[in-house]
Amino acid sequence: MRNVTVAQASDMPTVSVKRELLFQALGRRYTDEEVDELCFEFGLELDEITSEKDIISKEQGDGKAEGASDIILYKIDVPANRYDLLCLEGLVRGLQVFKERIKAPRYKRIMPANGGVQRLIITEETAQVRPHVVAAVLRNITFSKDRYDSFIDLQEKLHQNICRKRALVAIGTHDLDTISGPFTYTARPPSEIRFKPLNQSKEYTASEIMDLYRTDSQLKHYLHIIENKPLYPVIYDSNGVVLSMPPIINGDHTKISLNTRNVFVECTATDITKAKIVLDILVTMFSEYCEKQFTVEAAEVTYHNGKTCIYPELAYRREKVKPDLINKKIGISETPSSLAKLLTRMCLKSHVTGNGNNIEIEIPPTRADIIHACDIIEDAAIAYGYNNIQMTIPKTYTIANQFPLNKLTELLRQDLAAAGFTEALTFALCSQEDIADKLGVDISSTKAVHIANPKTAEFQVARTSLLPGLLKTIAANRKMPLPLKLFEISDIVVKDSTKDVGARNQRNLCAIYYNKNPGFEVIHGLLDRVMQLLAVPPSKESGYLIKAAEDSAFFPGRCAEILAKGQSIGKLGVLHPDVITKFELTMPCSALEINIEPFL
Amino acid sequence: MSPAMATDGPALAELLLQRLERAGGGGLGSLEAAAALGLEHQQLVGAVKSLQALGEVIEAEQRSSKRWELTPEGKEIVQEGSHEARVFDSIPAEGLPQSELMKLPSGKVGFSKAMSSKWVRLDKNADGGPRVFRAVESVQDSVREKLQLVQQGEAESLEEKDRNELKKRKLLMEVIIKTYWIRKGSAFSTTVTRQETDLTPEMLASGSWRDLKFKPYNFEALGIMPESGHLHPLLKVRTQFRQIFLEMGFTEMPTNNFIESSFWNFDALFQPQQHPARDQHDTFFLQDPAEATDFPMDYLKRVKKIHSQGGYGSQGYKYDWKLEEARKNLLRTHTTAVSARMLYRLAQQEKFTPAKYFSIDRVFRNETLDATHLAEFHQIEGVVADYGLTLGDLMGTLREFFTKLGISQLRFKPAYNPYTEPSMEVFSYHRGLQKWVEVGNSGIFRPEMLLPMGLPEGVSVIAWGLSLERPTMIKYGINNIRELVGHKVNLQMVYDGPLCRLDA
Repeated sequence: MRNVTVAQASDMPTVSVKRELLFQALGRRYTDEEVDELCFEFGLELDEITSEKDIISKEQGDGKAEGASDIILYKIDVPANRYDLLCLEGLVRGLQVFKERIKAPRYKRIMPANGGVQRLIITEETAQVRPHVVAAVLRNITFSKDRYDSFIDLQEKLHQNICRKRALVAIGTHDLDTISGPFTYTARPPSEIRFKPLNQSKEYTASEIMDLYRTDSQLKHYLHIIENKPLYPVIYDSNGVVLSMPPIINGDHTKISLNTRNVFVECTATDITKAKIVLDILVTMFSEYCEKQFTVEAAEVTYHNGKTCIYPELAYRREKVKPDLINKKIGISETPSSLAKLLTRMCLKSHVTGNGNNIEIEIPPTRADIIHACDIIEDAAIAYGYNNIQMTIPKTYTIANQFPLNKLTELLRQDLAAAGFTEALTFALCSQEDIADKLGVDISSTKAVHIANPKTAEFQVARTSLLPGLLKTIAANRKMPLPLKLFEISDIVVKDSTKDVGARNQRNLCAIYYNKNPGFEVIHGLLDRVMQLLAVPPSKESGYLIKAAEDSAFFPGRCAEILAKGQSIGKLGVLHPDVITKFELTMPCSALEINIEPFL
Repeated sequence: MSPAMATDGPALAELLLQRLERAGGGGLGSLEAAAALGLEHQQLVGAVKSLQALGEVIEAEQRSSKRWELTPEGKEIVQEGSHEARVFDSIPAEGLPQSELMKLPSGKVGFSKAMSSKWVRLDKNADGGPRVFRAVESVQDSVREKLQLVQQGEAESLEEKDRNELKKRKLLMEVIIKTYWIRKGSAFSTTVTRQETDLTPEMLASGSWRDLKFKPYNFEALGIMPESGHLHPLLKVRTQFRQIFLEMGFTEMPTNNFIESSFWNFDALFQPQQHPARDQHDTFFLQDPAEATDFPMDYLKRVKKIHSQGGYGSQGYKYDWKLEEARKNLLRTHTTAVSARMLYRLAQQEKFTPAKYFSIDRVFRNETLDATHLAEFHQIEGVVADYGLTLGDLMGTLREFFTKLGISQLRFKPAYNPYTEPSMEVFSYHRGLQKWVEVGNSGIFRPEMLLPMGLPEGVSVIAWGLSLERPTMIKYGINNIRELVGHKVNLQMVYDGPLCRLDA
């Protein structure tokens, strides 16, 4: 899944659906190949065909899998912005509309007939920790085991993706018949919150709950969101029953079951936009199982300043896009009505308006990903079929140029290989030890940039020299016949306060000779050759010269500084025995490292 | 030393040739020839091989035959007689105490055999302990006689059961020997001329090369590899990709800045600040220098607005966009950060001119490492900016690009990238794996990215990317990325690497 491409693909969410349930819902059977094809066309990816048994035996061994279900599961990768496809219900709805077997449902918010709307009051204290909440009621819903599982699973998928692991939004679902409104969303000191958490047998204070879940493989990841806050968010009903302590855990009292008929949904958030989206997705998906299909009962949220909002929003937005623009952006020539039909297949109900030079598109509450005309155009292209689009070559006429530094690098590489040296390719990131301790210098004297969050010591700094990488390459290839002659032309990174980001790359050339004798003359000869290639003569005035220098990486008296173009460009010499030993090498070794940028 | 050993190589070869001459057209066998010349078979084989090296002088066809040979013990028996005969011979008329007999070298084996042949008898009640006496006047040592026949090469005259009996007693063994059937060759001659190994300057000067015969070369052996340096396989592939882009008229972007600000890496690309890619788990942030200091402020304000409020026909993301977040320095997670800088620069021109850009350089991800993922890899990226570019143009450009890589069967899958819309993943049919594999990702940059930069409304920018490592690993059949990139590379692999011809 982690494909190395233009996008930094944060892992795409994967939805597991039972094959039989999918076919049942689609109203027909498909071969696995047909499913694969259908997914591909729609922008999904049938990632794996498996079963619970397979999964367990793969992860924990065959023994553990015994007795597990062998019902076939499809694992389907869903694009990260399509929250409406994260459960079986949404997937089926999307595909059925796409295949024109059903029309997209119209989601409706309704007020309860008797005026008894559920009310949720936000107190001022929440502003410091988690200032928003939205809510809705799924009235007269009928769960089955599979529906219930899907309901729980969708919440988990939303938590992991758009909710950013509950940091932005946390969802709580409750059996409305166990509580009575109005509800209060407030924040209190942890010591003052006390309730029985979901699936626990006794009451705990909020602080005890945090301790309780410190080792919970799932919940421990969410504790940090509120842990260091003086007040923890909490929702009570009118009798003081705790519904939830978001974003950690619900109360046990309001737990929903297969028999629950009325579900109270609340989403607390730090990002109100995302909370509304999450609520809309959850209720549009599962209102399918309400007595009045695709209707959702409103709830009223009152802020401490008196402002009142009715949720869910379930807003339908209208956009107008010119058919000509759609055709031109895709490179097709469809009639306006055919374009409208394509869009309608993507759950974007569309019709031609005026004298045919506009298409009006209705964006349903399930499609929060549509934020610009370009998103509408993409849907038209998907419905048209990417692979049906005529390929064309742009007429864009340009003259190509190489980046001069890379051009020089390419030329030098060829000739260094011709000179008998073999090219290495080493990492730009390394440990502090590699660029400092092992070369006999203190890290503070280097101009290295430091990484704030390395997972291991290998990624503490960006290299300030190519030498450690080459020495490590030799250490990994000690079994190879001697001599080893290696080079690398690549970038190092140094801090530079004149740059906008405070650092810059520098293109260095490094070469190394490893044999039973130090071979200073070999490395020196290579320097002479490089200078010859760069048309720089050995001369004090206008060419290059080397003069004795001291450097902790080199053996005393066997190190020289290289001066060219009126500046010091690097050093060469026999490596210090301490350096050789620290890189776990056993033979004498000489090396050269220069900055090639002055030769541009 | 046998007399034949004194015969030197060429002389021996000539003896063989003379014998072959006499044998006529039918040829002769190496075993028989060796026997006739009184040579060890191995010596004769040496002569055959040296004659073969001369070319067509002889034809030698290899055969294998079985032969009975004496074991060392069998040879001893031919010399000394069988154990039972030796026991019989050692018994004087007055007999021998059994205890003494058993001390003889052949005592134990010989006694039981002699007993079963009834050559001797044992008197258990004799004075001074059991005593052995001859039971017959004289004996015929048939074991020795049979072994003598074998030694003379007449094993075939023995009955099979005798041979098996002797084999069981480990006196005989069956050996397989490689022999030759030798015939005259097309250049047959009974004399052998000395052959020169190679041309020398003296031969050229004197002209003697005209009269000399030269030893043939063994063309089956490998030559000596030239001493040379080698280019790294991944970078050889990089060179080819650069070449392809240059052939297609793309200008190389300056990507020599590994350190980037979150602003250029994410915000400029309309990637929201809560996006998971901006997580500590995915991206390397810097501790020092932790923040970027300098931004084009007008542009930054437009970026802030598009994220937090929308604009240019976009709803935006509607969240509280923070400058602190944009300041955070990181190791660039994609070269698209450089593309953003280039497009911004392009937008600052007085009049827009179309552009085609490419880059191939390192990017960094703070991810879990495995056999195909490292914390750094090379990203290949192509970008075209012009008025009126279409999705069909993107697909056509991709087709041309991949054709140059030797990939002709392409198919496109809708995908999601935060900064391209439409987006498409590029799949190609892999004949080896017999399935469609993803080879790249592509799309049209979102207006929310381009318009705040100041690019004209009608300008579209198409872009695509792929990694350098993946096609290289497929090309060279490498399964573990560490064998290709980094210090754990296998230098032998670098030494032995072929040219990189992507379309071959």
